[in-house]
Amino acid sequence: MTEGQSKKTRVGLFVTCLVDLMRPSVGFAAVRLLEAAGCDVAVPGAQTCCGQPGYNSGDTASARALAKRTIAAFEDFDFIVVPSGSCAAMLKRHYAELLADDEEAQLQVRSFSERVHELLSFLVNVCAITSVPGTYEGRVTYHDGCSGLRELGIKMEARKLLESVPGLELVEMADCEVCCGFGGLFSVKFPELSAAIAAKKTACIDAVGPDLVLAGELGCLMNIAGKLSRDDSGTGCRHVAEVLAGEMDAPPICWPGKQP
Amino acid sequence: MPSVKPTPEEFASNAIAALGDSALQHALAELPKGLAAKRERAKAALPEFEALRRVGRNIKDHVLDNLDLYLEAFENNALAAGSHVHWASTAQEACDIIGNICRETGARLVTKGKSMVSEEIGLLADLEASGFNVVETDLGEYIVQLRKEMPSHVMAPAIHVRPSDIEATFRHHHRELEPGRNISTPEALVSEARTVLRDKFIGADVGITGANFLIAETGSAILVTNEGNGDLTQSLPKVHIVLTSIEKVVPTLEDGWALLRILARSASGQEIATYTTITTGPKRPADPDGPEACHIVLLDNGRSELLRSEYRDVLRCIRCGACMNFCPVYGAIGGHAYGSVYSGPIGAVLTPALVGLSAAANLPQASTFCGKCEDVCPVEIPLVGLMRRWREKAFDQDTSWRNRAALRVWAALAKRPALYRTAARSMVAILAVLGRSKGHLEHLPFASAWTRNRDFPAPQGQTFQAQWARQRGGGKR
Repeated sequence: MTEGQSKKTRVGLFVTCLVDLMRPSVGFAAVRLLEAAGCDVAVPGAQTCCGQPGYNSGDTASARALAKRTIAAFEDFDFIVVPSGSCAAMLKRHYAELLADDEEAQLQVRSFSERVHELLSFLVNVCAITSVPGTYEGRVTYHDGCSGLRELGIKMEARKLLESVPGLELVEMADCEVCCGFGGLFSVKFPELSAAIAAKKTACIDAVGPDLVLAGELGCLMNIAGKLSRDDSGTGCRHVAEVLAGEMDAPPICWPGKQP
Repeated sequence: MPSVKPTPEEFASNAIAALGDSALQHALAELPKGLAAKRERAKAALPEFEALRRVGRNIKDHVLDNLDLYLEAFENNALAAGSHVHWASTAQEACDIIGNICRETGARLVTKGKSMVSEEIGLLADLEASGFNVVETDLGEYIVQLRKEMPSHVMAPAIHVRPSDIEATFRHHHRELEPGRNISTPEALVSEARTVLRDKFIGADVGITGANFLIAETGSAILVTNEGNGDLTQSLPKVHIVLTSIEKVVPTLEDGWALLRILARSASGQEIATYTTITTGPKRPADPDGPEACHIVLLDNGRSELLRSEYRDVLRCIRCGACMNFCPVYGAIGGHAYGSVYSGPIGAVLTPALVGLSAAANLPQASTFCGKCEDVCPVEIPLVGLMRRWREKAFDQDTSWRNRAALRVWAALAKRPALYRTAARSMVAILAVLGRSKGHLEHLPFASAWTRNRDFPAPQGQTFQAQWARQRGGGKR
């Protein structure tokens, strides 16, 4: 980040641990989209995890400590943008709950929460972009991740952006708003149950036969892709940012080599 | 049909068994097309539906804020209308009160309408143990009674049973009927149940019903059914017993009416239930019919304590079952796997309060936190937040060091960014090598829970942070 001369919107990217560990190409896609929208993007090195695994497992103390660290790491930015609905909801909504009894932190939390945005929602509702760098020749379907949809109300943003991608055909599947069964640690605490719910999702996907399944949530995508791959389905899975940004060099999730 | 009832402790294995039960899966497949779809249509047809949810929530919140006041008013007005009012602080007390009334009546045959509170207190078993012949008169409950099962849904107790299995159950139990009869259609099954139950209605000495709402200003009980069985259960016998719980009271009939509007729509997509009956005391001298005596049994069973707890919002529940109809977990396994009278998201919050967290700790874990339950709840109960609170309590009490250790390691790393980055780099590098050829891993020894049913994606190879640092000259702190 260059100080002083830039009048650009200063965005701090909260990468999320899944993107950091599993699929960095999503992070680079997010950076490309944000830069194309005229933002100055930085990635604070002091960030780690948003705290969801602890928060949703009842380890409130750890989640609270992480919340404070994350808030401090992103103090200097106009906006904090997150390529995940659930991590964004954690930062935007649940940090305030976690720190509700911490009077000292109150002002900071409020200012932080107001500046947090999920990536697609930021691009559409704050940057008001109408075109994206990516192009894609093929049929895609979109899975609405639960947190993004129900906690942050993100729905039309993805459709709007996807419709602006030259060549792309969006086919809606049945039950696109129904949970894929991931649920964070739920997926390993109750693996059979999680996989059974995922199977309903992949049945909906197979029914529309897209080239790609897209979502704004890497956790859901790992679950869906894992099931599709185990079933030898020909459908690929990508984070929606990859398609929007044209960041398609990496193969789809669970796939060898390149394609499609 | 299982003779041993499932318990919440065994939730994980119950769930696996449920996933492999083809009859159950067949029945559950109807749920999204049935009750859930009907609720969606009813909501779409009522522009003020969302506003009504807020109204419902406010009514219930107001009641919970003034519960003592409205219960006292209810009692006074019910007494004035000629009812007897009994207070039961525990399940056993409620069973005893009802057992005594039946005994004093000299009852042999007791009919009973659908009541979740009766399930909660184990009334059927208790009365049967005392020698009373008790017959469930709600069709679903009747089927479940014959099959010696628990209801699997608060609104549709036999939703787990296929029509073909009902036929088998009826043939097994209705031995007195013509063996060659045709009962292959739902209509024929209903007609047969009606025939069998008619004699019970007429012969019953005591009729027990639940109540959806109690009206404080009139001392009345409101009961909704779709079969009319509630009316026959409460008006034909000499004695009518209303068994319900203390949080069912609302101030006025208007309040009851507002709640009925969202109850029927949320439960079954109906604008109003087929039968809505308001009962105020026993038969009066000028009434053509009705019971000679009316007893109202008000159960606490931990609710006063809930009222003072952080789980208080759960007392707003009006038992519509919408949270179950839309829950992906309930939809995959049905209600029995929960091992509790109350299943689905509402059961996951209520059961630990009723039976203790140690027995029911699994249930609040059994959710993806997708939030659909909160979205459809007619009284806006924050079910996810309440399940999370149980998880907090469970974490604090958890003696299993493995769960705690794993989370502690995660937290320790996440609080130390430099260490986190180093650990992340090495883990990712190893997994990437292992999964390089296929792009995924089919077996992961330490994550076999995942890879038993799904492939695990191979990471791309380097962390984002490492690549970013190389490309852009280091992430600024």
